[in-house]
Amino acid sequence: MRLWDTIRMAAIGLATHRSRSLLTILGIVIGIGAIIVVVALGESGKQLIVGEIQNMGPKNVFIVPGREPTDVGGAGSTLFTDSLRESDLRDLEEKANVPNAVSVTPIVFGNITSIFENESYMGLIMGSTPDLVRLFDLTLATGDFFPDESVRQKEEVVVIGKKVADELFPTQDPVGQKIKIKNKNYRVVGVLAQKGQGSFVNFDETVIAPYTIVQQYILGIKHFQRMVVEVDEEVNIANASRDIETLLRNNHDIDDPTKDDFFIMTQDDIVERIGTVTNIMTILLSAVAAISLIVGGVGIMNIMLVSVMERTREIGLRKALGATNRDILQQFLSEAIILTFSGGVIGLIIGVAIGITISLLIKYMFGIAFTFIFPVGGAIAGLAVSTIVGFVFGIFPARKAAQKSPMEALRYE
Amino acid sequence: MATEQHRHNDRPLVLSTKNLRKVYMIEDLEAIALRDISLDIHEGEFVSIMGPSGSGKSTLLQILGCLERPTDGKYLLDGKDLEHYSDDELAHIRNKKIGFIFQAFNLLPRLSVIDNVKLPLIYANIYEPERTRIAREMVTMVGLGERENFPTVKLSGGQKQRVAIARALVNDPKVIFADEPTGSLDSKSGAVILAFLQELHEQGHTIVMVTHESYVAAAAERIIHIKDGLIESDEWVEHRHRVKETDTIK
Repeated sequence: MRLWDTIRMAAIGLATHRSRSLLTILGIVIGIGAIIVVVALGESGKQLIVGEIQNMGPKNVFIVPGREPTDVGGAGSTLFTDSLRESDLRDLEEKANVPNAVSVTPIVFGNITSIFENESYMGLIMGSTPDLVRLFDLTLATGDFFPDESVRQKEEVVVIGKKVADELFPTQDPVGQKIKIKNKNYRVVGVLAQKGQGSFVNFDETVIAPYTIVQQYILGIKHFQRMVVEVDEEVNIANASRDIETLLRNNHDIDDPTKDDFFIMTQDDIVERIGTVTNIMTILLSAVAAISLIVGGVGIMNIMLVSVMERTREIGLRKALGATNRDILQQFLSEAIILTFSGGVIGLIIGVAIGITISLLIKYMFGIAFTFIFPVGGAIAGLAVSTIVGFVFGIFPARKAAQKSPMEALRYE
Repeated sequence: MATEQHRHNDRPLVLSTKNLRKVYMIEDLEAIALRDISLDIHEGEFVSIMGPSGSGKSTLLQILGCLERPTDGKYLLDGKDLEHYSDDELAHIRNKKIGFIFQAFNLLPRLSVIDNVKLPLIYANIYEPERTRIAREMVTMVGLGERENFPTVKLSGGQKQRVAIARALVNDPKVIFADEPTGSLDSKSGAVILAFLQELHEQGHTIVMVTHESYVAAAAERIIHIKDGLIESDEWVEHRHRVKETDTIK
């Protein structure tokens, strides 16, 4: 018997009980649908985060104070460690210490309220140097970024984000105006062009000032919360990282690397780490989906067994007409596999539809550039798994069918 | 008519049994269905097997139809001893050499007339377009050519049995087994089916029919009576009734 005949027979068998067939595959539909949604959103989210990290620039090495966090919650503690000092900055800038370094940019930040006349705006203050423009690819809408000179002279100047400008200066040009932060006046020298949520820091909602003045008058600290070392060539990242570690350990009197009070991040590190996190998420959620597939599979086995019982006469007749055990086995196994495979296809379609809907919701509700990525691997795996489920849970009922006696055809109802 | 007793002896044997015995085990009790059946049926015969219920006639038909194996004794179909045939080999024998007509028609209700007739061809590995050609020929022969695409569930009982006959003939079998073929039909349709079987017989087909009604059995040329698992009588019909399609047989 040819495969096509087997499939056709199985399809007719299933069409006979259309609504039962549909209900039977619900478990598979949900299982595969869940896998597709999880994998697609995981992939899209990963792509989004990786895209944002790309803003860090491949040649930049980030120095973060504190112990390297081993879990997500630990990241907050890095804000309160004061291990990165002005002396570290001076030494890092020394060409002999880190030969591959092109620039070293310190960053401090905190939350402040800016006031202009009757308007106030609460948001992020970031203290840094003009290198920030290059590091984060910033562009100015009006005015200029403050020069290095302002950093050295501790000048009271700020560059403000688009949203800050819109809130504080709804009707006038902010450049040249003075805003008040912690009872001190700062002259606005520039307004950033709108950037959107393109990186972890939303520059639209940020006020940027020379780090010297932010440290002294606004935050009252003497350390840095980040330092960014720009390396001449991407291939020298590892070298530069090693030099930085050696220098900082020396400066901080650390012999044992496990007692480091700082850690180094590069774009590659973070991409890799996020990959690990999303992979773990994907595995966990896939495990849940797998359980639903097993439950669905057991449901299919149950219905197939009922179907085999009901169709005893049909099986007997087919055998009387010359069907071998193998023919019957193939027919019922095909029915199970067609059931689960169509469940997989429907699940795939529903999963993709839900994935696209969620992506659009995220995009419009949070304004994040979240694009749906069709999970090719997930789709192939989903269809393969649904086929395997059909085989695994169909083989037992199909065996039962094949073992029926042809005599059943002669029994009267 | 004694001269007619062995009138087909010159033809080849289709079925031959020797000391056939069938015992069913129901829990620990032996139920003897067939005690000792020896019979020969030659090519072209139309034989009725008669007997009251529980006589063993159905068991005999099951064994002759290769649906069941005897406990003891020999059975030769078309000259071949089937004793050591595997289940699949028996399936092939049923497919190629045997046509079945059942009391309850046993059609697949969702399939069309022609698809039902095609079923044995599928298992015989005969492929399109040959499959449709042969099946269509049979459907036309039983007079349902215009309804070949009807789902059989929409047919009358007599039409259904004609589909079953077409299905039984489609693999050009050596012998046709009919198990109470008129049992589910009204008298008029029953007469049509019997007339049909007689026509097939005249064309040279070998037919073995089980029935418990003498006027149905009388359509055949030879009647074997079975009682308590033994052959009670085996005789040729002297005044064979030629069934007309307009007869009412009940």
